[in-house]
Amino acid sequence: MKPTDIKNPDYFHKVVDCQWACPAHTPVPEYIRLIAHGRYSDAYMINWKSNVFPGILGRTCDRPCEPACRRSRVEDEHLVKGKKEPVAICRLKRVAADYKDDEGIKAAMPKAPAKNGKRIACIGGGPASLTVARDLAVLGYEIVIYDQDPKLGGFIRTQIPHFRLPESVIDEEVGYITGIGNIEFRHKKIESMKAVLAEGHDAVFVGSGAPRGRDLDVPGRKEASANIHIGLDWLSSVSFGHISKIGKRVIVLGGGNTAMDCCRTARRLGGEDVKVIVRSGFDEMKASPWEKEDAMGEDIPILNMLVPKEVTHKDGKITGVLFEKVKAEYDAKGRRSLIPSGEPDEHHECDDVLVAIGQENAFPWIENDAGIEFDRWGLPKLNEKSFQSTNLKVFFGGDAAFGPKNIIWAAAHGHDAAISIHKMFCGEDLDDRPAPGVNIVSQKMGIHEWSYDNAPTIDHRFKVPHRAKAEALKDIMAEVELGFDPKLAFEEAQRCLNCDVQTVFAGTLCIECDACVDICPMDCITFTDNGEEKELRLRLSAPAVNPTQDLYIGNDLKTGRVMVKDEDVCLHCGLCAERCPTGAWDMRKYYMEMAQAEQVCRKH
Amino acid sequence: MTYIAKPKLHHPSLVKNKAGYTRRDYEGAVSTLCAGCGHDSISAAIIQACYELDILPHQVAKLSGIGCSSKAPTYFVGASHGFNTVHGRMPSVMTGANLANRDLIYMGVSGDGDSASIGLGQFAHIMRRGVNMTYIVMNNGVYGLTKGQFSATADKGSISKKGVANSDESIDLVSLAILMGATFVGRSFSGDKHQLVPLIKAAMAHKGAAFLDVVSPCVAFNNHAGSTKSYDYVREHNEALNRIDFIEGREEITTQYAPGTMTTVQQHDGSWLRLRKLGEEYDPADKIAAMKRVQEGLQAGEVVTGLLYVDPTPKDLHHHLNTVEAPLNTLSTPDLCPGPAALDKINASLR
Repeated sequence: MKPTDIKNPDYFHKVVDCQWACPAHTPVPEYIRLIAHGRYSDAYMINWKSNVFPGILGRTCDRPCEPACRRSRVEDEHLVKGKKEPVAICRLKRVAADYKDDEGIKAAMPKAPAKNGKRIACIGGGPASLTVARDLAVLGYEIVIYDQDPKLGGFIRTQIPHFRLPESVIDEEVGYITGIGNIEFRHKKIESMKAVLAEGHDAVFVGSGAPRGRDLDVPGRKEASANIHIGLDWLSSVSFGHISKIGKRVIVLGGGNTAMDCCRTARRLGGEDVKVIVRSGFDEMKASPWEKEDAMGEDIPILNMLVPKEVTHKDGKITGVLFEKVKAEYDAKGRRSLIPSGEPDEHHECDDVLVAIGQENAFPWIENDAGIEFDRWGLPKLNEKSFQSTNLKVFFGGDAAFGPKNIIWAAAHGHDAAISIHKMFCGEDLDDRPAPGVNIVSQKMGIHEWSYDNAPTIDHRFKVPHRAKAEALKDIMAEVELGFDPKLAFEEAQRCLNCDVQTVFAGTLCIECDACVDICPMDCITFTDNGEEKELRLRLSAPAVNPTQDLYIGNDLKTGRVMVKDEDVCLHCGLCAERCPTGAWDMRKYYMEMAQAEQVCRKH
Repeated sequence: MTYIAKPKLHHPSLVKNKAGYTRRDYEGAVSTLCAGCGHDSISAAIIQACYELDILPHQVAKLSGIGCSSKAPTYFVGASHGFNTVHGRMPSVMTGANLANRDLIYMGVSGDGDSASIGLGQFAHIMRRGVNMTYIVMNNGVYGLTKGQFSATADKGSISKKGVANSDESIDLVSLAILMGATFVGRSFSGDKHQLVPLIKAAMAHKGAAFLDVVSPCVAFNNHAGSTKSYDYVREHNEALNRIDFIEGREEITTQYAPGTMTTVQQHDGSWLRLRKLGEEYDPADKIAAMKRVQEGLQAGEVVTGLLYVDPTPKDLHHHLNTVEAPLNTLSTPDLCPGPAALDKINASLR
């Protein structure tokens, strides 16, 4: 294998699994350390810069970082007494938002400079548009945001129940953006893209989400329509206070996070017998595991492998839903199909049905001759790097770009679209994307001292305290999760392995004494003859069986051998560097920030 | 040393041996030796050997003298018996312990100062008595604890860190051990675990006086140009006579090798030593040839390593003295005081 090129910013970035997995590439270990130090405001600002909505995401993020977390690969079942668990990254983010110094944060927020004469329209007031607005307003752009709802926030405000995300948090974080200045909100439903283009904006950003809930198409749907609600619309009506009641027996159709929000909301609006009924099996449901847990914790059963066949009704009123029982079958390619199991159909009685079986993009307001081409799935044709559409003045982001994802993706898209828009006005090539900012610094403080807590703890993941169920179900505004207190937050933060503190090897200094090999608790390090990766992976101190994780190859050794380090299970405990007599190993903090619009066009 | 203990977390693929322990279970306290000390590598090799031999830690007694090397037993097989004895007097304590309880596995850990200077006399006598043990000298050629004076094993002419050449002849512990009657003698290097681990395993299985001289560079005081015990020097001058594979169990080895490339030796406990030849013809069972080859190496400035001498059918101290099989602490009063009738019988035999 070739020696590892650690100058490539991707190499060490990939070692920080959480940051690599995060669409916005938030420097996770850095803010977790700051939380452990009680520097909540600093932790908040790192998040704010990277993902714009720390308080919101700290409650609602889909957490792609957590399944990636190295902790879940290195824990010992016997020591943690149960499942290996990642660090509670998402809930730690909330801690930063909960305990920050609000006044200090307000004062630290950027202010818009003098206008630069360019005006950008953002369609939709959700996270993607707000991110674009933030990134461009600080550069002097004038931003106009359109939304059909009376307040900014988009799906964050309309779809996420307040018992999961209090409105005050949305107001606060939307306020930080509008507070920058040069951002105007117009409460207006956009009916025509051509009309918007005719208003003379210099560019248009479409962050209008995927706002159409898929409907149910079975016999009886029309006849019983008074008691059948599309989940997305229903949640939005609840959010704005237009709906405050539901029947006692409620069936929620669908297995995604919207279904989980629907059923838990129904429990708070008078639903006593609420159940979720899903076509697929439990494990294949799209809802995040923790959201399923929370729903079941509120006495909501989840019934699987049932496909709705017919809505039953009497005298124009719903009586229930008839389901066909199915089983999963897999073909040779592993593709699943649901086929009737042959068992008798099941009838479930109910007073109301909430349909949460998916959401779709819908752009009925974009005219065919607006210069924006769509693909056969109804999504705009975009340059995947720049988010530019075939109308070069129009950019897309968030769910409107590549279909339904979640908030953190919207923020990531927003940053990229803002870079593109800014580059366009500087006359730069949009395909030439800016490199991230990288800083790598030794953490050595003394012979055996490091500037980070290098001793890994063996604590199991700490649970976030919840409000008592009886109390939580009584009040739809009462937030269920209470968040970590500072003590729990500290203990959970200490579970972080500091994967951003990198093991950096210098072969020219190495005397091949084996001290690092002997001390490494994970048997990560081997000095051996070089070879092909596949074969090399099997003859290390411990086999490197995870091909998604790199081998770090160090050369320049006197014996002609190579140093091979399996990044997969490294604890970043720094013992290799502590035991190294010559400083061939060093622990260096790798801080990487994605470039934002501010960092491009510097020469202008 | 390190400020933190080695984390309990371990590689997911770590497996338990037949005794029910993982390799990590054979570790001891975290080392307080200097970073990069060869002794820590030898400790790691002992850990590996004990793990591979499925040894029950509570059946091991590790005894040492005084010095850097003699601190090392704290850092391996933590759940075993042992203590630092008196400087240079580990052999007599180990002889006594072995006489009292022959069921334990004895491991003596010593250094060049402890064995070749203050303890040279004791070293000679434990070898000639044939105590069943594995005696490991972690040999770095300097007094590390007192900041790097030459020890008795420093080669004549080697240069100290201060720049002074050694004017005294060195003591070669390997030659001495063979001469004094040790029945298993090898030399290895802390930086070559592929050679060292099987040697330790074979020595532990050997039912007699087994001696291993392990060159172990002192990174603080003896790892510079001009030193003959540095990582670089040993790597450049290492003359490995054979590669040993240690095989437990009595099954005949059936693997085919080209003729003349391998010799096998069956030890008294049934274990096999498979010696892969590296170049020259060398028969480790030939004592005279072994002494000659080791001396030639010394003359040529080579560090001759490998299994240098083995007597496959050794006799140990208990055999010479015809002692009782059971450990003394398990003997009951009737065993120890057989009564007047037995006494009369003994007296009668002496009349």
